[in-house]
Amino acid sequence: MRFKDVFSIIGPAMVGPSSSHTAGAARIGRAARQVLGEMPRTAEVTFFGSFAATYQGHGTDRAIAGGLLDFTTDDHRLPDSIELAAEAGMEISFGQGTGLFPHPNTVRLRLTGSESGTELTLTGISIGGGNIEIVDIDGFGVKLTGMYPTVLINHMDYLGVLASVTDVMRQGQCNIGHMSLDRKNRSGAALTVLELDEAATPELLRNLRALPAVKSVKVVDLNEQAHVQKGKDITS
Amino acid sequence: MNFQTLSQLAVLCEERGLGIGALMLEEQSAESGRSKEQEFATMSQYYGVMKEAVHRGMHEDTTSRSGLTGLDAQRVAAYNAADEPCLGGPAGQAMAYALAVSEVNASMGRIIATPTAGSCGIIPGVFLSCQERFGWDDDYMVTGLFAAGAIGYVIANNSFVSGAEGGCQAEVGSAIGMAAGALTEMRGGTPAQAVHAVGLALKNTLGLICDPVGGLVEIPCIVRNGFGAVTALAAADMALAGVRSVIPSDEVIKVMLEVGSAMPEKHRETAGGGLAQTPTGRKIMKDLRNKK
Repeated sequence: MRFKDVFSIIGPAMVGPSSSHTAGAARIGRAARQVLGEMPRTAEVTFFGSFAATYQGHGTDRAIAGGLLDFTTDDHRLPDSIELAAEAGMEISFGQGTGLFPHPNTVRLRLTGSESGTELTLTGISIGGGNIEIVDIDGFGVKLTGMYPTVLINHMDYLGVLASVTDVMRQGQCNIGHMSLDRKNRSGAALTVLELDEAATPELLRNLRALPAVKSVKVVDLNEQAHVQKGKDITS
Repeated sequence: MNFQTLSQLAVLCEERGLGIGALMLEEQSAESGRSKEQEFATMSQYYGVMKEAVHRGMHEDTTSRSGLTGLDAQRVAAYNAADEPCLGGPAGQAMAYALAVSEVNASMGRIIATPTAGSCGIIPGVFLSCQERFGWDDDYMVTGLFAAGAIGYVIANNSFVSGAEGGCQAEVGSAIGMAAGALTEMRGGTPAQAVHAVGLALKNTLGLICDPVGGLVEIPCIVRNGFGAVTALAAADMALAGVRSVIPSDEVIKVMLEVGSAMPEKHRETAGGGLAQTPTGRKIMKDLRNKK
């Protein structure tokens, strides 16, 4: 089933005009902000395909900027987000890309963190009705929707790392719904993505970060509806 | 969900002695693991957003960023009040409200995608105008939204609800079917009658292409929402009168899939054909580009 529940049909609550070009773009921006783990200081935004052709008319640029400010799809500040980003000290630029891209609605974000100076390159696609996929993070292939609480683990590709990760999840009573791993090379840098049934607790995240081969752990959760109901208990 | 087709949905309602809306609330709670009260509260918030959007579209400036659209809802309302409209009061009101929400969407206001932003006016147009007319309370309307969601869930999973995949029939057509079925139930029709309303409505939009001028969710999307609200009322009336969809509604949904799959790419939300590529449509697109 592509559509799982009633709120994938009635919803999301969103600022118009397009569920794919506006709401989906805001979710990609917000996912990138969560992966970066902080407010970006610089953001280089490159649109491809239909995004490149129509981003101004659909407010796709404003939606991306709003997402980078951690606005949800229905935030009334979205139409003013480019000005608000400038006020917040974010340098943001928009351009149209050429070359190959994975979907008609593709955007690539190159971000620098405001505090740590960390760099992040992320590619997202908007597949319709406000649903998105993040397909690339710093050159690692991923498939991340953000509709479930998601944990991203940067680690070294050593024997038994996954076993220790899943053991931490088991001890934390946290069920994994979907899991993927991509690595740059054998015994090199790797990224594991876990989609969970429940949000990971701070203790569980601490235990993951304490694993020897793990370099960093990030959390992505775009489910606005869950935020409304549970309160924003997600830390990144 | 324990149903994948509209006929399964109607049978399940009969077995459990529930309406479509009440059954969908139970199914949603089971699927999400959250309580029925929590899920109902979320849908209530969404209904609140729909009301705000109608109010805004009827009273504020809804000129879109392109400058191409806006204020048509208020034009229709003023005409309805001053003249003897061809449609008559209640249908004219539903049409005005549907235009209002779609215009709010086009001007970057807040709406609920039902099932998409391009078709976001139809359900609020039908629901709010009928609530005022029949004096229904908010909880009754929210249960109606669960019914609309159940119908949309079947359509989306057996066909599609995005213009890029299946043309406008998938967006506006689905929304009309959802509104018609839900309204039939709210007016006292049986689940079987509600299912007939969906089929009757969908048959009327089969083949409708997605051809937005300039690629924007404005022309012809907004007026199609206005027409859509009126069509939903008509389909509900037919079903309540006992008119049946001789081709079962589940088979009509499959036809939408067949027709949408055969639709050329230029007629699926690319602005590569249809109204978007008329001489005037092309001129508008060119002017928009030069404006930037």
